Amino acid sequence: MKEKLLKIKEEALAQISKSQTLEQLNEVRVSQLGKKGALTEILKGMKDVSAEERPKIGQLVNETRAEIEAVLEEARKKMEAIVMEAKLAQETIDVTLPAKTMKVGHMHPNTRALEEVENIFIGMGYEVVEGPDVERDYYNFEALNIPADHPAKDEQDTFYISGDILLRTQTSSTQVHEMEKGKLPIRMIAPGRVFRSDEVDATHSPSFHQIEGLVIDKNITFADLKGTLSVFAKELFGEDTKVKFRPHHFPFTEPSAEMDVSCFKCGGKGCRFCKGEGWIEILGCGMVHPHVLEMSKIDPEEYVGFAFGVGLERIALLKYEIDDMRLLYENDVRFLDQF
Amino acid sequence: MNAAKSWLKAYVPDLNCSDQEFMDKMTLSGTKCEGFERMDKNLEKIVVGQIEKIERHPDADKLIVCQVNVGTETIQIVTGAPNVKEGDKVPVVLDGGKVAGGHDGSPLPENGIEIKAGKLRGVDSFGMMCSIEELGSDRNMYPEAPENGIYIFSDDVKVGDDAVEVLGLHDTRFEFEVTSNRVDCYSILGLAREAAATFDLPFKAPEVKVNETSEKVEDYISVEVKDPDLCPRYCARVVKNIKIEPSPEWMQRRLASSGIRPINNLVDITNYVMEEYGQPMHAFDLDTVAGNKIVVKRGVDGEQFQTLDGQMRTLDHDVLMICDGEKEIGIAGIMGGENSKITDDVKTVLFEAATFNGANIRKSAKRVGIRSDASGKFEKGLDPNNAEAAINRACQLIDELGCGEVVSGIVDVKEPIKPLVQLPFEPDFYNGLLGTDIDKNDMLAIFKKLEIAYDESTNMLTCPSFRQDLLGKVDIAEEVARFFGYDKIPMTLPRGEATTGKLPFKLVVEKIASRVAMYCGFSQGMCYSFESPKVFDKLRIPEGDKLREAIRIANPLGEDFSIMRTTSLNGILSSLSTNFNRRNKNVRLFEIANIYVPKSLPLTELPDERSQFTLGFYGDGDFFTMKGVLEQFFSELGMTEEREYDPSVKRPYLHPGRQADIVYKGVKVGYLGQVHPMVAQAYEIKGNVYVAVIDLPEILDFVTFDRKYEGIARFPAVTRDLSLVVPKNIMVGQIESMIRQRGGKLLENLELFDVYEGDQISAGFKSVAYSLSFRAKDRTLDENDVSGAMKKILNGLTSMGIELRA
Repeated sequence: MKEKLLKIKEEALAQISKSQTLEQLNEVRVSQLGKKGALTEILKGMKDVSAEERPKIGQLVNETRAEIEAVLEEARKKMEAIVMEAKLAQETIDVTLPAKTMKVGHMHPNTRALEEVENIFIGMGYEVVEGPDVERDYYNFEALNIPADHPAKDEQDTFYISGDILLRTQTSSTQVHEMEKGKLPIRMIAPGRVFRSDEVDATHSPSFHQIEGLVIDKNITFADLKGTLSVFAKELFGEDTKVKFRPHHFPFTEPSAEMDVSCFKCGGKGCRFCKGEGWIEILGCGMVHPHVLEMSKIDPEEYVGFAFGVGLERIALLKYEIDDMRLLYENDVRFLDQF
Repeated sequence: MNAAKSWLKAYVPDLNCSDQEFMDKMTLSGTKCEGFERMDKNLEKIVVGQIEKIERHPDADKLIVCQVNVGTETIQIVTGAPNVKEGDKVPVVLDGGKVAGGHDGSPLPENGIEIKAGKLRGVDSFGMMCSIEELGSDRNMYPEAPENGIYIFSDDVKVGDDAVEVLGLHDTRFEFEVTSNRVDCYSILGLAREAAATFDLPFKAPEVKVNETSEKVEDYISVEVKDPDLCPRYCARVVKNIKIEPSPEWMQRRLASSGIRPINNLVDITNYVMEEYGQPMHAFDLDTVAGNKIVVKRGVDGEQFQTLDGQMRTLDHDVLMICDGEKEIGIAGIMGGENSKITDDVKTVLFEAATFNGANIRKSAKRVGIRSDASGKFEKGLDPNNAEAAINRACQLIDELGCGEVVSGIVDVKEPIKPLVQLPFEPDFYNGLLGTDIDKNDMLAIFKKLEIAYDESTNMLTCPSFRQDLLGKVDIAEEVARFFGYDKIPMTLPRGEATTGKLPFKLVVEKIASRVAMYCGFSQGMCYSFESPKVFDKLRIPEGDKLREAIRIANPLGEDFSIMRTTSLNGILSSLSTNFNRRNKNVRLFEIANIYVPKSLPLTELPDERSQFTLGFYGDGDFFTMKGVLEQFFSELGMTEEREYDPSVKRPYLHPGRQADIVYKGVKVGYLGQVHPMVAQAYEIKGNVYVAVIDLPEILDFVTFDRKYEGIARFPAVTRDLSLVVPKNIMVGQIESMIRQRGGKLLENLELFDVYEGDQISAGFKSVAYSLSFRAKDRTLDENDVSGAMKKILNGLTSMGIELRA
């Protein structure tokens, strides 16, 4: 009996070591350990074994089975690993093939620039407001200290509709709407479309965007205006940006100024980008004229304020180094997809 | 406004700084200098030479060989210039020197032209004689220069001297941008005053003293101003025995430095004073002035008048005219008349220096169609005090230049001149507004420089009459700031009550719209608000349609920009068309911008400005791609109720069978569809184009950002497939709303998985198959629950004429 078992074991181990595939291993299992396998045949012959021998033989059979199973299992694992390896090897891809992208659309450069500006001012406690594009003369001119015969009305080349209705030439009109609401203090920016009858060329468009800013409170100073716009410039163009304020004239502010920023391309040394000047003109600003406050029923003896207006396209063109304003309104995706 | 440094220095003699420094400091004190141009740029080693001998070139007919004394030596120069002769004094550029340009007057090269000794047709030449064009100028500025030839100096210049100096070209022309409030700075004197204050130097105004004859001006002329509101001051003086000749070189040079062409002494003096004082003047030939009388009055409607440029102009009642005893002789402040213009044989001249109403001049100039140098100055509103000063200055120059004899006295018709503006001196206010701590004595020092007088006893400031912009205390604060230095004012941040920064709800919704669009592959475009009325035809919008009721711009840039858009479709289609034209594939664009819907026309109240979320694409995708984008958009905005898609409206710009209006809770919020092939053709786009427009104001009320967690389903769903035979005219939307309505709360989801028309289905019917899933939140459904729901659904469908597919 023992010899038989030993033979079965040897036979099985020999078959296992010869096996090349999982199928062949399985055949070994069936032929040796299966219902009709050699080991099962032995068990069937147990009835001929004496009672005292039986437990021993039984144990021996079980040991043999366990041994064969263990070897089988080990062989199977090895074999499986080989198969898996072969499969994976076959599945190798060329990782340098082009990516399959989910095409996402792009933001207009104006919007991208506007979001930056909005975020800076929202962070400083400014509310974003809007005013109408089609506006009354009063809000666009008169309430901003530009009376009927003021030459500034001509300078701005206004589009008129009928009577006192026109297309706003400046987002400053929104200042008046906000002040009229009578809620003080005011800290607002008002982005929006403005219109001037300029023919379309690389630097002009009859329709463009401005962002107006207005702060009205007690004890606001010109120094506050300088400080605020300096923070704005640093946030927008980089921490090293320097600002320069030059006296200027706007009917609705006094004192008035224009602000230049140090050229962010050359750092102020002078380059082709800033036309060698080292500075780039960026916005107009000033202390709200007392007449403007009075007209909107705010007491100029109690309240003061500052205002500023910046061209959105100007910022976008500068920041993204776009050399032709017409690109902004052509909507060619080869342009838009760069933003 | 241009001004030469040499002319400014005439009134600020101590001015001594580099051009760059001058530009920077003037700009920082408020007189913005846009740039400067050195008039001697690229002029190097150029001296006065005298031609001693001229011989023919041995090998070239058109060349001559000159021996030229250049002071230190005599050099040989070969030239082709036809106009020189022995003894002429000419500008000579020596070997290694530079000239500004070529002799043909073409644009000047950036680095000039270097001149080197060389041979011309085999003969040595050690320099070049120059034309005025080669020296960077032209005959307009140097009228004595010959056409096509070497510039020839007058005989009194010294051989060997710096020729550039002799020509007055060692100078710099500054270009100033003067703001509209500083009328006084449209003059050399005004700029000089600012320069003196900026550099803290003395300002020397010209001393005006007129030598007069014994005759009285009143014996020559009388003046009557009938409309003093339009002419607050009219000064007249008379000059007799006029001798017209070229003005002296110094005056020609100064005019040239400001870019004004010298003509003759009389014209030059008028132009000179206009530059110097900023006061335009006019000269009439007194012999043409009928009745020795000037009448200033409004014109007559419709009358024609010939101005001195020979053009006929149509007058009206609001155009102010200068008339004599019988007729009009000039348009006030704009241009004189042909009938009174100065000719070379003028004997007696009537000088006019007046102040006109600026706004009236501006409007009149526009209507009669002339914008002259004079009107450009008058329309800014001039200081009446300046008229008298200027006319006297002109008469002084007339006398000094020997141009004529000045008759004694001045006819001066004027309204009472406004008293000088007086304001209290309020140093604390100025410091408070500026955020500074400037000493009051420093402020007073600034005022002194600016000729703002201070009376300590009354604490009052008196502003000079030429500073018409100083009206209130904030204006004074600005003067303090300008000369204290804007750069020295500190930088602080506003204190006071904290405020919350935020975006309004509408802009938040717009941001979400663009986010969804971008995630779905759409890029953002921007279009003009105005367009051509032709777009309505392009979009097949019928006559009489509401969309055609657009706001017209009264003064558009052209027909193509003449109406405010009432639909955003043209913008997106034009943009797609541009892309299609440029062969860009699979283009997806969106735009968020207003349309302008008038409440009535012509406009009496402001229109309704409605923000439109517009999407458009061509290439990959179809109607349902666009629908998917919108569904995503609504879901982002919390608009989770059923959206209805109503195909019944038949918008003419869309494919009649592939369009739908979108209805949410009974409100039409937008539409989508395939662009009508004829419209696509009009925009030259081949293939299918899809658009969608959401009228954002309509959805704002439905938008919510509240979200509540509903739990994740813990009990299993039961699914049932439903295969239906449906009459062809029934849309799946109708089937779905029936299924939803009947399915009740247990119906969790329905999914269309097949629509089929064809062989196995009888004509007039289609097969539609759904997978329904049922689920309860609190239990596992049993067979009865589901079959009950299914029965209700089937009953409902049967009532629509729908049957289960066998």
